This record gives sequence, C-alpha cells and structure tokens, in this order.
Amino acid sequence: MFAEGVQAFDLTNAAMVFIVMAMSSFWRTPGRATLRDIALVCVADALVGASFGALAVSGGLPLWVPVAMSLLVFAGGAQFAAIGVALAGGAPLAAVATGLVLNARHLPFGLAVADVLSGPRWARLLGSHLMTDETVAFTLRHDDPVRRRATYWLCGLALFVVWNLSVLLGALAAHAVGDVNALGLDAAFPAVLLALVLPALADRPTRHAALLGALIAVAATPLLPPGLPVLLSLLALVPFLPRLRAPS
Amino acid sequence: MTATLPMAAILLLAAGTYAFRLAGPLLHERLGAADRLAAPLAMATTVLLLALAATSALTEDQGFAGWSRTAGVLTAALLALRRAPFPVIVLAAAATTALLRLCGIP
Repeated sequence: MFAEGVQAFDLTNAAMVFIVMAMSSFWRTPGRATLRDIALVCVADALVGASFGALAVSGGLPLWVPVAMSLLVFAGGAQFAAIGVALAGGAPLAAVATGLVLNARHLPFGLAVADVLSGPRWARLLGSHLMTDETVAFTLRHDDPVRRRATYWLCGLALFVVWNLSVLLGALAAHAVGDVNALGLDAAFPAVLLALVLPALADRPTRHAALLGALIAVAATPLLPPGLPVLLSLLALVPFLPRLRAPS
Repeated sequence: MTATLPMAAILLLAAGTYAFRLAGPLLHERLGAADRLAAPLAMATTVLLLALAATSALTEDQGFAGWSRTAGVLTAALLALRRAPFPVIVLAAAATTALLRLCGIP
C-alpha cells in the first residue's frame, strides 16, 4: 500500500517536472528563427493538408475518411498513397500495405530522436504519435538536448493541430477547390522536405550518402511497389558506416 | 463502383504506423549506451528524407511525375540553397508548377 502511494507520488512529480521544463523551454529555447521556421512549415503543410482533404472527398470518399486518417495515421505521405490506391479502385488491404511500407521509416526516425522521447511514459506514448518527417528534420538541426526536446514538441503539436484542421477544411471545401493539381501543391511537399534537410547536407559524408540514397530510390521506383524504394535508399549508408565508427 | 476505405483499414494503418513510431524509442532504451549510434542514425534520417523528397519530386505511380513538378521543386532547391525564407521556397515551388501547367506542360 505504502509503496504504491510513493510510486504514484513519484509519477505525478515526474510529470509535473516534465511539464514545467517543457513549458518554460518552449519559449526560451527554440529561438526566434526556429519558431519562425516552424510557423512557416505549418503554413506549407496546411496547403498540403487542404489539398489532401479536397482530393479524397472530390474523388468520392466520404468526409470522415480523410478526417479519421489524419487524426489516427497523421503521416501525409502514407495518407496520400493509401487514398491513391483506394481511389484507383485498389483493395483496402493494398492501401494499408502501401501506407505501412511508407511509414516504416519512422522506426529509424524514432531511434534518432529517442532522447527527446525519454522521460515519463505518457510523454513517450503521446510524443511518438507526433513523429513526422518535418518534426524529425527540425529536431536534428539542434544538438542541445533541451532545445531538441522543445523543438520536437512544439513542432509536433503545432503540425498536428494545423494538419487536422486543414484536412477538415479542404474536405469541406472540396468542390470549391476544384482541380488541386492546377495549383501546383504537389510540389509543396518535396519542397518542404528539401528545405528542411538542406542544413544536414553541409556535412560531406552525409551529403554523399544522401545523394547516393536519392539516386537509388528514384532508380528503384519503376521496379518496386510504393514505399520500398525510399527504404532501399538506406543501402547508401553502407560505404560510410566504417568511417563513422572509426573515431570512437 | 465508388471508392471505399473502411474504418478497419484506417485503424490497421494507424496501429501499424504507431507501432513503427513507438518501436524506435523503445528499442533505444533496450539497447542502452546508444550514443555511438547517434551519428549513423542522423545520417540514416537525412538519407531517408532526401530519398523521400527526390521520389516525391520526380515520380508518381512508378513513372515520371512530369516537368512541371520537377521544375517547381528545382526552383525550391535553388531558393533553399540561397537561404530564402520558408514560405518563399514553398510558394515558389507551387507557383512554378502551377504556371507551367497553365502553359500546358504536364
């Protein structure tokens, strides 16, 4: 009985400390430039989200499909891919498989930002759901642990709210938006990723590995089912791994 | 036949995605002393993100996505190299693509 009480107190205490740390670091640590960049990525993703909602509904899917997907799956690339399979008349299981292969990259992402998700269990369970390409890329820009944590949570929460609202609005306005492709919004997602990943390419071995990986993925795209080519890009790490291990 | 995507399929995709997301932090804890993994993992993440950017810029349905999108993303890359602000990069990408499509280029 006593032990249980102590444990419960311990947990709440940890949660309190975590919240206070996170809240105070939100405004102090990410820095003005990072806050601005996060806001701008939110604007960009809002456009992509709205086009996702519009695309799904104008393709004939009921409104709840894009809305539920955005809340529960919360991964733009996989959502577009799964909807694409469904709209092309593919089986639901094929849509699920495509989305899952695309989302397998979140496993290495989670390893890379695991430090941010340490702490109370609820923070890890909740924080994991907020993991996206954009949030991981932003977090990797920082080395300082406090700054990494603040950036991850701020970017993750902001994108979750913005993504879900914009998908809903896009789905509601599906008929007003008209032809999504005419607006060129399909170029927005790769543009966002490129802009985010660019600072990491300043490092020479990383740049070479990433360019080789991109080449592998693009070359494999006509040959493999969707999602696999991106995972295959990891082969580009092989020539660089021995060199990374050497210094330590 | 109208397109469908049942709730069960969405739940399956959501559960699998969440498992991938949670596996990283959980594995990291088990492996322990993973500091020496930090550099290779950061590199792996960058490789995956650039591969995703390249494939979504250049390809669609296992074929070429067309010159409009390619030119739009290329514009974005040039602006990003010149350290242009985010909205400029994204809006320039979309505007370039939209303009080229208006001119009839796929």
